[in-house]
Amino acid sequence: MRKVYLDHIAATPLHPEALEAMRPFLGEAYGNPQSLHAAGLEAQEAVEAAREEVAGLIGAANSEIYFTSSGTEANNFAVKGMALGQQARGKHVVVSAVEHSSVLNSVKALEKHGFSTTLVPVDRFGRVDPSDVEKALTKETVLVSVMTANSEVGTVEPVAEIASVCRSRSVLFHTDAVAAAGSIPLDVKTLGVDALSLAGDQFYGPKGSAALFVRKGARIMPLIDGGIQEGGRRGGTENVAGIVGMGRAARLARVEMEARTAALRPLRDRLLEELPRRIENVVVTGSRTDRLPHHASFCVEFVEGEAMLLSLDMKGVAASSGSACTSKALKASHVLLAMGLDHATAQGSLVFSLIGTATGEDVDYLLEVFSPIVDRLRRMSPLYTQFLKERGS
Amino acid sequence: MYSDKVMDHFANPRNVGVLTDADGVGQVGNPVCGDMMTFYIKVKDDRLADVKFQTFGCGAAIAVSSMVSEMAKGKTLEEAMAITNDLVAEELGGLPKNKMHCSNLGADALHEAIKNFQGKREGRAPREGGPADLHEHEGGACPYCESSLEEEDKTFCRACHIEFEECPSCGGITKKGDAACIHCGKPLGGKD
Repeated sequence: MRKVYLDHIAATPLHPEALEAMRPFLGEAYGNPQSLHAAGLEAQEAVEAAREEVAGLIGAANSEIYFTSSGTEANNFAVKGMALGQQARGKHVVVSAVEHSSVLNSVKALEKHGFSTTLVPVDRFGRVDPSDVEKALTKETVLVSVMTANSEVGTVEPVAEIASVCRSRSVLFHTDAVAAAGSIPLDVKTLGVDALSLAGDQFYGPKGSAALFVRKGARIMPLIDGGIQEGGRRGGTENVAGIVGMGRAARLARVEMEARTAALRPLRDRLLEELPRRIENVVVTGSRTDRLPHHASFCVEFVEGEAMLLSLDMKGVAASSGSACTSKALKASHVLLAMGLDHATAQGSLVFSLIGTATGEDVDYLLEVFSPIVDRLRRMSPLYTQFLKERGS
Repeated sequence: MYSDKVMDHFANPRNVGVLTDADGVGQVGNPVCGDMMTFYIKVKDDRLADVKFQTFGCGAAIAVSSMVSEMAKGKTLEEAMAITNDLVAEELGGLPKNKMHCSNLGADALHEAIKNFQGKREGRAPREGGPADLHEHEGGACPYCESSLEEEDKTFCRACHIEFEECPSCGGITKKGDAACIHCGKPLGGKD
Protein backbone atom coordinates (compact mmCIF):
# COMPACT_ATOMS: atom_id res chain seq x y z
CA MET A 1 0.00 0.00 0.00
CA ARG A 2 1.16 3.52 -0.76
CA LYS A 3 2.30 5.49 2.31
CA VAL A 4 1.58 9.20 2.22
CA TYR A 5 2.70 11.31 5.17
CA LEU A 6 0.73 14.55 5.40
CA ASP A 7 1.37 15.45 9.03
CA HIS A 8 4.19 17.97 8.96
CA ILE A 9 2.56 19.84 11.84
CA ALA A 10 3.00 16.79 14.09
CA ALA A 11 6.59 16.01 13.08
CA THR A 12 8.92 16.23 10.11
CA PRO A 13 11.32 13.44 9.20
CA LEU A 14 14.91 13.97 10.28
CA HIS A 15 16.99 15.22 7.35
CA PRO A 16 19.69 12.65 6.49
CA GLU A 17 22.35 15.38 6.64
CA ALA A 18 21.18 16.38 10.13
CA LEU A 19 21.39 12.77 11.21
CA GLU A 20 24.93 12.52 9.85
CA ALA A 21 25.94 15.70 11.69
CA MET A 22 24.48 14.32 14.92
CA ARG A 23 26.02 10.86 14.70
CA PRO A 24 29.44 11.63 16.30
CA PHE A 25 27.73 13.24 19.29
CA LEU A 26 25.69 10.09 19.93
CA GLY A 27 28.91 8.08 19.83
CA GLU A 28 32.56 8.89 20.31
CA ALA A 29 32.13 12.66 20.82
CA TYR A 30 30.45 12.45 24.20
CA GLY A 31 32.12 15.34 25.97
CA ASN A 32 30.25 17.86 28.10
CA PRO A 33 30.42 21.32 26.48
CA GLN A 34 31.17 22.85 29.90
CA SER A 35 34.30 20.74 30.46
CA LEU A 36 37.70 22.31 30.00
CA HIS A 37 39.37 19.35 28.29
CA ALA A 38 39.55 18.55 24.59
CA ALA A 39 36.43 16.36 24.62
CA GLY A 40 34.50 19.21 26.19
CA LEU A 41 35.88 21.73 23.76
CA GLU A 42 34.82 19.60 20.79
CA ALA A 43 31.24 19.51 22.08
CA GLN A 44 31.27 23.20 22.91
CA GLU A 45 32.45 24.13 19.44
CA ALA A 46 29.71 22.01 17.90
CA VAL A 47 27.04 23.66 20.07
CA GLU A 48 28.29 27.14 19.22
CA ALA A 49 28.43 26.36 15.50
CA ALA A 50 24.83 25.17 15.72
CA ARG A 51 23.86 28.32 17.59
CA GLU A 52 25.23 30.36 14.72
CA GLU A 53 23.14 28.40 12.21
CA VAL A 54 19.94 28.77 14.24
CA ALA A 55 20.63 32.48 14.73
CA GLY A 56 21.24 32.76 10.99
CA LEU A 57 17.85 31.25 10.18
CA ILE A 58 16.04 34.12 11.91
CA GLY A 59 18.54 36.97 11.60
CA ALA A 60 19.53 36.95 15.28
CA ALA A 61 22.89 37.31 17.02
CA ASN A 62 24.40 34.09 18.38
CA SER A 63 24.17 35.36 21.94
CA GLU A 64 20.42 35.86 21.55
CA ILE A 65 19.70 32.12 21.04
CA TYR A 66 18.85 29.90 24.04
CA PHE A 67 18.47 26.20 23.34
CA THR A 68 15.53 24.41 24.97
CA SER A 69 14.07 20.92 24.94
CA SER A 70 10.93 21.72 22.96
CA GLY A 71 8.81 24.47 21.48
CA THR A 72 6.63 24.09 24.55
CA GLU A 73 9.57 24.84 26.83
CA ALA A 74 10.56 27.82 24.70
CA ASN A 75 7.01 29.19 24.97
CA ASN A 76 6.90 28.59 28.72
CA PHE A 77 10.29 30.23 29.09
CA ALA A 78 9.25 33.28 27.10
CA VAL A 79 5.79 33.84 28.58
CA LYS A 80 6.54 33.05 32.20
CA GLY A 81 10.12 34.30 32.17
CA MET A 82 9.35 37.67 30.59
CA ALA A 83 6.14 38.31 32.54
CA LEU A 84 7.67 37.37 35.90
CA GLY A 85 10.81 39.31 35.04
CA GLN A 86 8.78 42.49 34.82
CA GLN A 87 6.08 41.96 37.40
CA ALA A 88 7.23 45.01 39.29
CA ARG A 89 6.01 47.06 36.30
CA GLY A 90 2.63 45.41 35.95
CA LYS A 91 0.76 42.14 35.96
CA HIS A 92 -1.22 42.02 32.74
CA VAL A 93 -0.51 39.93 29.65
CA VAL A 94 -2.20 39.85 26.25
CA VAL A 95 -2.35 36.74 24.06
CA SER A 96 -4.47 35.70 21.09
CA ALA A 97 -7.34 33.26 21.44
CA VAL A 98 -5.70 30.81 19.02
CA GLU A 99 -2.34 30.34 20.75
CA HIS A 100 -0.84 26.91 21.33
CA SER A 101 -1.71 25.30 24.67
CA SER A 102 1.86 25.91 25.87
CA VAL A 103 1.19 29.66 25.71
CA LEU A 104 -2.40 29.53 26.96
CA ASN A 105 -1.52 27.29 29.89
CA SER A 106 1.56 29.36 30.74
CA VAL A 107 -0.73 32.35 30.98
CA LYS A 108 -3.07 30.35 33.22
CA ALA A 109 -0.10 29.54 35.44
CA LEU A 110 0.75 33.25 35.61
CA GLU A 111 -2.77 33.94 36.84
CA LYS A 112 -1.82 32.02 39.99
CA HIS A 113 0.89 34.65 40.48
CA GLY A 114 -1.68 37.41 40.35
CA PHE A 115 -1.50 38.17 36.63
CA SER A 116 -4.58 38.90 34.57
CA THR A 117 -4.95 38.04 30.90
CA THR A 118 -6.73 39.50 27.92
CA LEU A 119 -7.48 37.12 25.06
CA VAL A 120 -7.49 38.91 21.71
CA PRO A 121 -10.08 37.52 19.26
CA VAL A 122 -9.46 36.44 15.67
CA ASP A 123 -11.54 36.88 12.52
CA ARG A 124 -13.06 33.96 10.63
CA PHE A 125 -9.72 33.31 8.92
CA GLY A 126 -7.95 33.04 12.26
CA ARG A 127 -6.25 36.42 11.89
CA VAL A 128 -5.50 38.74 14.77
CA ASP A 129 -6.21 42.41 14.10
CA PRO A 130 -3.25 44.48 15.41
CA SER A 131 -5.67 47.21 16.47
CA ASP A 132 -7.38 44.68 18.78
CA VAL A 133 -4.00 44.09 20.41
CA GLU A 134 -3.58 47.84 20.81
CA LYS A 135 -7.02 48.11 22.45
CA ALA A 136 -6.15 45.31 24.86
CA LEU A 137 -3.02 47.06 26.18
CA THR A 138 -3.26 48.72 29.57
CA LYS A 139 -0.77 50.53 31.77
CA GLU A 140 -0.28 47.20 33.54
CA THR A 141 0.54 45.20 30.38
CA VAL A 142 4.05 43.77 30.40
CA LEU A 143 3.90 41.15 27.66
CA VAL A 144 2.06 40.35 24.43
CA SER A 145 2.32 36.94 22.80
CA VAL A 146 0.84 36.21 19.37
CA MET A 147 1.93 33.27 17.26
CA THR A 148 3.63 33.67 13.89
CA ALA A 149 1.52 30.97 12.26
CA ASN A 150 -1.20 28.64 13.48
CA SER A 151 -0.54 24.95 12.97
CA GLU A 152 -4.19 24.01 12.86
CA VAL A 153 -5.41 26.40 10.19
CA GLY A 154 -2.12 27.54 8.61
CA THR A 155 -2.84 31.25 8.99
CA VAL A 156 0.20 33.54 9.21
CA GLU A 157 -0.40 36.41 11.63
CA PRO A 158 0.59 40.05 11.04
CA VAL A 159 3.46 39.74 13.50
CA ALA A 160 5.45 42.80 12.34
CA GLU A 161 2.41 45.07 12.76
CA ILE A 162 1.65 43.68 16.21
CA ALA A 163 5.30 44.05 17.23
CA SER A 164 5.22 47.66 16.11
CA VAL A 165 2.13 48.33 18.25
CA CYS A 166 3.88 46.81 21.25
CA ARG A 167 7.12 48.69 20.65
CA SER A 168 5.33 52.01 20.50
CA ARG A 169 3.85 51.24 23.93
CA SER A 170 7.10 49.79 25.35
CA VAL A 171 5.57 46.37 25.91
CA LEU A 172 7.61 43.23 25.25
CA PHE A 173 6.38 41.06 22.41
CA HIS A 174 6.90 37.31 22.03
CA THR A 175 5.88 35.23 19.03
CA ASP A 176 5.51 31.46 18.96
CA ALA A 177 7.04 30.71 15.57
CA VAL A 178 7.22 26.94 16.05
CA ALA A 179 4.86 26.23 13.16
CA ALA A 180 6.46 28.84 10.90
CA ALA A 181 10.23 28.89 11.48
CA GLY A 182 12.10 27.04 8.77
CA SER A 183 9.07 27.18 6.46
CA ILE A 184 8.72 30.91 5.81
CA PRO A 185 11.39 33.65 5.91
CA LEU A 186 11.63 35.23 9.36
CA ASP A 187 13.95 37.98 10.46
CA VAL A 188 13.71 39.06 14.08
CA LYS A 189 14.98 42.55 13.27
CA THR A 190 12.53 43.17 10.45
CA LEU A 191 9.72 41.70 12.51
CA GLY A 192 10.77 43.73 15.53
CA VAL A 193 10.01 40.98 18.05
CA ASP A 194 11.59 40.70 21.49
CA ALA A 195 11.34 36.92 21.70
CA LEU A 196 10.62 34.12 19.26
CA SER A 197 10.21 30.36 19.79
CA LEU A 198 11.24 27.80 17.22
CA ALA A 199 11.57 24.00 17.16
CA GLY A 200 13.88 21.80 15.13
CA ASP A 201 11.34 19.04 14.58
CA GLN A 202 9.28 21.41 12.45
CA PHE A 203 12.07 21.82 9.90
CA TYR A 204 13.59 18.34 9.58
CA GLY A 205 15.71 18.52 12.74
CA PRO A 206 15.43 16.06 15.63
CA LYS A 207 12.70 16.00 18.28
CA GLY A 208 13.84 17.46 21.58
CA SER A 209 15.64 20.33 19.85
CA ALA A 210 14.24 23.85 20.08
CA ALA A 211 15.28 27.38 20.93
CA LEU A 212 14.10 30.71 22.18
CA PHE A 213 15.41 33.93 20.69
CA VAL A 214 15.53 36.72 23.26
CA ARG A 215 16.50 40.17 22.01
CA LYS A 216 19.65 41.48 23.68
CA GLY A 217 18.60 43.64 26.61
CA ALA A 218 15.12 42.14 27.02
CA ARG A 219 14.58 41.00 30.58
CA ILE A 220 13.74 37.33 31.16
CA MET A 221 13.79 35.13 34.25
CA PRO A 222 15.14 31.57 33.95
CA LEU A 223 12.58 28.80 33.93
CA ILE A 224 15.15 26.12 34.73
CA ASP A 225 17.58 27.14 37.43
CA GLY A 226 20.91 25.39 37.43
CA GLY A 227 24.38 25.92 36.11
CA ILE A 228 25.90 28.42 33.77
CA GLN A 229 24.68 26.80 30.55
CA GLU A 230 22.98 29.09 28.05
CA GLY A 231 24.32 32.16 29.77
CA GLY A 232 22.82 31.06 33.09
CA ARG A 233 19.35 31.47 31.68
CA ARG A 234 18.65 27.82 31.01
CA GLY A 235 20.42 25.29 33.22
CA GLY A 236 21.05 21.65 32.35
CA THR A 237 23.68 19.83 30.32
CA GLU A 238 23.19 20.65 26.66
CA ASN A 239 21.48 18.15 24.36
CA VAL A 240 24.54 18.28 22.13
CA ALA A 241 23.41 15.86 19.42
CA GLY A 242 19.96 17.46 19.25
CA ILE A 243 21.40 20.95 19.08
CA VAL A 244 23.84 19.92 16.34
CA GLY A 245 21.00 18.32 14.38
CA MET A 246 18.87 21.41 14.75
CA GLY A 247 21.77 23.57 13.63
CA ARG A 248 22.29 21.57 10.45
CA ALA A 249 18.55 21.53 9.79
CA ALA A 250 18.43 25.32 10.27
CA ARG A 251 21.19 25.81 7.70
CA LEU A 252 19.42 23.55 5.20
CA ALA A 253 16.12 25.35 5.82
CA ARG A 254 17.75 28.71 5.15
CA VAL A 255 19.49 27.56 1.99
CA GLU A 256 16.63 25.47 0.60
CA MET A 257 13.62 27.47 1.78
CA GLU A 258 12.85 28.98 -1.61
CA ALA A 259 13.11 25.67 -3.43
CA ARG A 260 11.02 23.86 -0.80
CA THR A 261 8.33 26.50 -0.96
CA ALA A 262 8.29 26.42 -4.76
CA ALA A 263 7.79 22.67 -4.65
CA LEU A 264 5.17 22.49 -1.91
CA ARG A 265 3.01 25.54 -2.58
CA PRO A 266 1.49 24.21 -5.85
CA LEU A 267 0.66 20.92 -4.12
CA ARG A 268 -0.97 22.81 -1.27
CA ASP A 269 -2.95 24.97 -3.68
CA ARG A 270 -4.12 21.91 -5.55
CA LEU A 271 -5.43 20.43 -2.28
CA LEU A 272 -7.12 23.68 -1.29
CA GLU A 273 -8.85 23.90 -4.68
CA GLU A 274 -9.58 20.28 -5.43
CA LEU A 275 -10.98 18.95 -2.16
CA PRO A 276 -13.88 21.44 -1.92
CA ARG A 277 -14.47 21.01 -5.66
CA ARG A 278 -14.69 17.22 -5.47
CA ILE A 279 -16.63 16.94 -2.23
CA GLU A 280 -19.63 19.10 -1.39
CA ASN A 281 -19.84 20.90 1.94
CA VAL A 282 -16.11 21.04 2.54
CA VAL A 283 -14.81 24.40 3.74
CA VAL A 284 -11.23 25.59 3.77
CA THR A 285 -10.21 26.75 7.24
CA GLY A 286 -7.75 29.59 7.74
CA SER A 287 -6.51 32.24 5.35
CA ARG A 288 -6.15 31.62 1.63
CA THR A 289 -3.60 34.40 1.20
CA ASP A 290 -1.55 34.52 4.41
CA ARG A 291 -0.90 30.83 4.75
CA LEU A 292 1.97 28.42 5.45
CA PRO A 293 3.20 27.02 2.11
CA HIS A 294 2.84 23.37 3.18
CA HIS A 295 -0.51 23.63 4.94
CA ALA A 296 -4.02 22.76 3.76
CA SER A 297 -6.83 22.53 6.29
CA PHE A 298 -10.55 21.91 6.01
CA CYS A 299 -13.74 21.17 7.81
CA VAL A 300 -15.72 18.37 6.24
CA GLU A 301 -19.32 18.80 7.27
CA PHE A 302 -21.49 15.99 8.71
CA VAL A 303 -18.55 13.73 9.58
CA GLU A 304 -16.17 13.61 12.49
CA GLY A 305 -12.40 14.05 12.27
CA GLU A 306 -11.20 10.97 14.09
CA ALA A 307 -13.30 8.69 11.92
CA MET A 308 -11.71 10.31 8.85
CA LEU A 309 -8.19 9.95 10.29
CA LEU A 310 -8.71 6.25 11.04
CA SER A 311 -10.09 5.68 7.56
CA LEU A 312 -7.21 7.58 5.95
CA ASP A 313 -4.72 5.63 8.03
CA MET A 314 -6.21 2.39 6.68
CA LYS A 315 -5.32 3.73 3.23
CA GLY A 316 -1.78 4.62 4.31
CA VAL A 317 -2.39 8.36 4.67
CA ALA A 318 -1.26 10.17 7.86
CA ALA A 319 -3.06 13.43 8.67
CA SER A 320 -4.27 15.48 11.69
CA SER A 321 -7.54 16.80 13.06
CA GLY A 322 -8.67 19.25 15.68
CA SER A 323 -11.91 17.42 16.45
CA ALA A 324 -12.95 16.80 20.05
CA CYS A 325 -12.61 13.05 19.67
CA THR A 326 -9.02 13.19 18.51
CA SER A 327 -8.00 15.19 21.55
CA LYS A 328 -7.81 13.28 24.78
CA ALA A 329 -9.59 16.14 26.45
CA LEU A 330 -12.56 15.54 24.13
CA LYS A 331 -12.74 19.23 23.52
CA ALA A 332 -13.32 20.79 20.13
CA SER A 333 -10.47 22.90 18.82
CA HIS A 334 -10.31 26.28 20.57
CA VAL A 335 -8.85 27.65 17.34
CA LEU A 336 -11.83 26.72 15.17
CA LEU A 337 -14.33 27.86 17.81
CA ALA A 338 -12.49 31.19 18.14
CA MET A 339 -12.85 31.58 14.37
CA GLY A 340 -16.61 31.35 14.81
CA LEU A 341 -17.17 27.83 13.52
CA ASP A 342 -19.97 25.92 15.22
CA HIS A 343 -19.23 22.74 17.15
CA ALA A 344 -20.65 20.36 14.55
CA THR A 345 -18.52 21.83 11.76
CA ALA A 346 -15.41 21.98 13.95
CA GLN A 347 -15.76 18.23 14.57
CA GLY A 348 -15.01 17.67 10.88
CA SER A 349 -11.61 19.34 11.13
CA LEU A 350 -8.83 17.90 9.00
CA VAL A 351 -5.27 19.11 8.39
CA PHE A 352 -3.05 17.94 5.55
CA SER A 353 0.46 19.33 5.95
CA LEU A 354 3.08 18.44 3.37
CA ILE A 355 6.67 17.44 4.00
CA GLY A 356 9.55 18.12 1.61
CA THR A 357 9.40 14.75 -0.12
CA ALA A 358 5.72 15.09 -1.04
CA THR A 359 4.90 14.63 -4.72
CA GLY A 360 2.03 15.30 -7.09
CA GLU A 361 1.32 11.56 -7.01
CA ASP A 362 0.86 11.76 -3.23
CA VAL A 363 -1.77 14.46 -3.71
CA ASP A 364 -3.43 12.45 -6.52
CA TYR A 365 -3.56 9.42 -4.23
CA LEU A 366 -5.10 11.40 -1.38
CA LEU A 367 -7.72 12.94 -3.66
CA GLU A 368 -8.52 9.49 -5.00
CA VAL A 369 -8.99 7.76 -1.62
CA PHE A 370 -10.58 10.62 0.27
CA SER A 371 -13.94 11.01 -1.52
CA PRO A 372 -15.03 7.39 -0.89
CA ILE A 373 -14.06 7.78 2.78
CA VAL A 374 -16.24 10.86 3.18
CA ASP A 375 -19.08 9.20 1.22
CA ARG A 376 -18.99 6.15 3.46
CA LEU A 377 -18.99 8.15 6.70
CA ARG A 378 -21.71 10.47 5.45
CA ARG A 379 -23.94 7.55 4.59
CA MET A 380 -23.66 6.62 8.26
CA SER A 381 -24.23 10.14 9.56
CA PRO A 382 -27.60 11.24 10.96
CA LEU A 383 -26.50 14.84 10.40
CA TYR A 384 -26.07 14.18 6.69
CA THR A 385 -29.44 12.41 6.45
CA GLN A 386 -31.00 15.42 8.12
CA PHE A 387 -29.19 17.76 5.73
CA LEU A 388 -30.41 15.84 2.66
CA LYS A 389 -33.94 15.80 4.04
CA GLU A 390 -33.92 19.55 4.64
CA ARG A 391 -32.51 20.13 1.18
CA GLY A 392 -35.25 17.92 -0.24
CA SER A 393 -33.13 15.40 -2.10
CA MET B 1 -5.48 2.64 20.63
CA TYR B 2 -8.50 0.56 19.58
CA SER B 3 -8.96 -3.22 19.80
CA ASP B 4 -9.14 -5.28 16.59
CA LYS B 5 -12.83 -5.80 17.24
CA VAL B 6 -13.46 -2.06 17.44
CA MET B 7 -11.54 -1.52 14.21
CA ASP B 8 -13.51 -4.31 12.52
CA HIS B 9 -16.85 -2.79 13.53
CA PHE B 10 -15.61 0.65 12.48
CA ALA B 11 -14.41 -0.54 9.07
CA ASN B 12 -17.38 -2.86 8.45
CA PRO B 13 -20.25 -1.59 10.56
CA ARG B 14 -23.30 -3.85 10.69
CA ASN B 15 -26.86 -2.59 10.20
CA VAL B 16 -26.12 0.95 9.06
CA GLY B 17 -29.12 2.77 7.68
CA VAL B 18 -32.52 4.32 8.18
CA LEU B 19 -35.82 2.44 8.59
CA THR B 20 -38.39 4.71 6.98
CA ASP B 21 -41.24 2.65 8.51
CA ALA B 22 -39.59 2.27 11.92
CA ASP B 23 -41.76 1.40 14.93
CA GLY B 24 -39.43 3.36 17.19
CA VAL B 25 -36.66 5.93 16.82
CA GLY B 26 -34.15 7.01 19.48
CA GLN B 27 -31.41 9.59 19.39
CA VAL B 28 -28.68 10.51 21.88
CA GLY B 29 -25.61 12.69 21.97
CA ASN B 30 -24.90 15.98 20.28
CA PRO B 31 -22.25 17.42 17.99
CA VAL B 32 -20.56 19.21 20.91
CA CYS B 33 -19.49 15.88 22.37
CA GLY B 34 -18.61 14.87 18.86
CA ASP B 35 -20.92 11.88 18.89
CA MET B 36 -24.55 11.53 17.92
CA MET B 37 -26.44 8.29 17.37
CA THR B 38 -29.87 7.53 15.93
CA PHE B 39 -31.39 4.07 16.26
CA TYR B 40 -34.37 2.74 14.30
CA ILE B 41 -36.25 -0.41 15.33
CA LYS B 42 -38.89 -2.70 13.82
CA VAL B 43 -40.79 -4.70 16.43
CA LYS B 44 -42.62 -7.99 15.78
CA ASP B 45 -44.13 -10.17 18.55
CA ASP B 46 -42.29 -8.18 21.19
CA ARG B 47 -38.96 -8.86 19.48
CA LEU B 48 -36.59 -6.55 17.61
CA ALA B 49 -37.19 -7.80 14.07
CA ASP B 50 -34.82 -5.21 12.65
CA VAL B 51 -32.40 -2.63 14.02
CA LYS B 52 -30.66 0.07 12.00
CA PHE B 53 -28.56 3.01 13.06
CA GLN B 54 -26.81 6.14 11.91
CA THR B 55 -23.89 7.64 13.81
CA PHE B 56 -21.97 10.90 13.58
CA GLY B 57 -18.81 10.40 15.55
CA CYS B 58 -15.42 8.89 16.07
CA GLY B 59 -14.31 5.32 15.44
CA ALA B 60 -15.45 4.21 18.88
CA ALA B 61 -18.92 5.68 18.45
CA ILE B 62 -19.41 3.93 15.11
CA ALA B 63 -18.13 0.60 16.44
CA VAL B 64 -20.32 0.87 19.54
CA SER B 65 -23.44 1.52 17.45
CA SER B 66 -22.64 -1.40 15.19
CA MET B 67 -22.09 -3.72 18.15
CA VAL B 68 -25.32 -2.62 19.84
CA SER B 69 -27.30 -3.28 16.67
CA GLU B 70 -25.80 -6.76 16.43
CA MET B 71 -26.43 -7.54 20.09
CA ALA B 72 -30.02 -6.28 19.95
CA LYS B 73 -31.30 -7.83 16.74
CA GLY B 74 -33.72 -10.69 17.44
CA LYS B 75 -33.85 -10.00 21.17
CA THR B 76 -37.06 -9.41 23.11
CA LEU B 77 -37.64 -5.83 24.17
CA GLU B 78 -36.92 -6.81 27.76
CA GLU B 79 -33.64 -8.46 26.79
CA ALA B 80 -32.68 -5.45 24.70
CA MET B 81 -33.39 -3.09 27.60
CA ALA B 82 -30.90 -5.12 29.65
CA ILE B 83 -28.04 -4.32 27.25
CA THR B 84 -25.85 -1.75 28.98
CA ASN B 85 -23.16 0.54 27.62
CA ASP B 86 -20.61 -1.34 29.72
CA LEU B 87 -21.64 -4.69 28.24
CA VAL B 88 -21.19 -3.23 24.77
CA ALA B 89 -17.72 -1.96 25.60
CA GLU B 90 -16.85 -5.35 27.03
CA GLU B 91 -18.12 -7.11 23.89
CA LEU B 92 -15.84 -4.85 21.86
CA GLY B 93 -12.81 -5.91 23.84
CA GLY B 94 -12.72 -2.67 25.80
CA LEU B 95 -12.62 1.01 24.86
CA PRO B 96 -10.07 3.70 25.74
CA LYS B 97 -11.01 5.28 29.06
CA ASN B 98 -11.68 8.70 27.60
CA LYS B 99 -14.09 7.19 25.08
CA MET B 100 -16.23 5.51 27.73
CA HIS B 101 -18.49 8.51 28.25
CA CYS B 102 -19.45 10.29 25.08
CA SER B 103 -18.81 7.57 22.53
CA ASN B 104 -20.33 4.72 24.45
CA LEU B 105 -23.98 5.73 24.11
CA GLY B 106 -25.25 3.05 21.76
CA ALA B 107 -27.30 1.19 24.37
CA ASP B 108 -28.90 4.46 25.50
CA ALA B 109 -29.93 5.25 21.93
CA LEU B 110 -31.40 1.78 21.51
CA HIS B 111 -33.33 2.12 24.79
CA GLU B 112 -34.68 5.46 23.62
CA ALA B 113 -35.95 3.82 20.44
CA ILE B 114 -37.66 1.09 22.47
CA LYS B 115 -39.25 3.65 24.81
CA ASN B 116 -40.39 5.59 21.76
CA PHE B 117 -42.07 2.43 20.43
CA GLN B 118 -43.67 1.64 23.80
CA GLY B 119 -44.94 5.18 24.11
CA LYS B 120 -46.57 4.98 20.70
CA ARG B 121 -48.09 1.58 21.50
CA GLU B 122 -49.60 2.86 24.69
CA GLY B 123 -51.03 5.79 22.81
CA ARG B 124 -48.84 8.34 24.52
CA ALA B 125 -47.36 11.16 22.57
CA PRO B 126 -44.35 9.72 20.78
CA ARG B 127 -41.18 10.81 22.45
CA GLU B 128 -39.04 11.07 19.40
CA GLY B 129 -36.75 13.27 21.33
CA GLY B 130 -34.34 15.55 19.60
CA PRO B 131 -30.71 15.03 20.31
CA ALA B 132 -31.30 14.62 24.02
CA ASP B 133 -28.08 14.35 25.94
CA LEU B 134 -28.93 11.48 28.17
CA HIS B 135 -25.64 10.01 29.13
CA GLU B 136 -24.57 10.23 32.69
CA HIS B 137 -21.14 11.45 33.50
CA GLU B 138 -20.11 9.57 36.58
CA GLY B 139 -16.89 11.51 36.86
CA GLY B 140 -14.54 8.84 38.11
CA ALA B 141 -11.70 9.99 35.88
CA CYS B 142 -10.17 13.29 34.86
CA PRO B 143 -11.49 14.14 31.40
CA TYR B 144 -8.08 15.47 30.42
CA CYS B 145 -5.54 12.92 31.57
CA GLU B 146 -7.82 9.98 32.37
CA SER B 147 -6.28 9.37 35.78
CA SER B 148 -8.84 8.51 38.42
CA LEU B 149 -9.89 11.29 40.71
CA GLU B 150 -9.50 10.98 44.45
CA GLU B 151 -12.57 9.57 46.15
CA GLU B 152 -12.70 12.34 48.73
CA ASP B 153 -12.16 15.11 46.22
CA LYS B 154 -13.61 14.69 42.77
CA THR B 155 -13.16 18.34 41.96
CA PHE B 156 -9.41 18.34 41.51
CA CYS B 157 -7.00 16.35 39.34
CA ARG B 158 -3.65 15.99 41.07
CA ALA B 159 -1.92 15.08 37.82
CA CYS B 160 -3.16 18.06 35.81
CA HIS B 161 -3.63 20.50 38.68
CA ILE B 162 -7.03 21.32 37.26
CA GLU B 163 -10.05 22.19 39.34
CA PHE B 164 -13.37 20.80 38.23
CA GLU B 165 -17.00 21.44 38.80
CA GLU B 166 -20.08 19.43 37.98
CA CYS B 167 -21.94 20.71 34.94
CA PRO B 168 -25.46 21.68 36.07
CA SER B 169 -26.84 20.62 32.68
CA CYS B 170 -25.37 17.17 32.08
CA GLY B 171 -23.71 16.32 35.40
CA GLY B 172 -20.33 15.81 33.74
CA ILE B 173 -17.05 16.77 35.35
CA THR B 174 -15.75 19.84 33.58
CA LYS B 175 -13.07 22.43 34.14
CA LYS B 176 -13.96 25.06 36.68
CA GLY B 177 -14.11 28.57 35.30
CA ASP B 178 -14.61 27.50 31.69
CA ALA B 179 -17.38 29.26 29.79
CA ALA B 180 -19.01 26.03 28.67
CA CYS B 181 -19.13 22.38 29.70
CA ILE B 182 -16.69 20.28 27.66
CA HIS B 183 -19.28 17.50 27.44
CA CYS B 184 -22.54 19.18 26.53
CA GLY B 185 -21.40 22.66 25.57
CA LYS B 186 -24.01 24.32 27.75
CA PRO B 187 -22.85 27.47 29.49
CA LEU B 188 -21.61 27.10 33.05
CA GLY B 189 -22.57 29.44 35.83
CA GLY B 190 -20.56 32.46 36.84
CA LYS B 191 -16.84 32.16 37.29
CA ASP B 192 -15.98 30.61 40.63
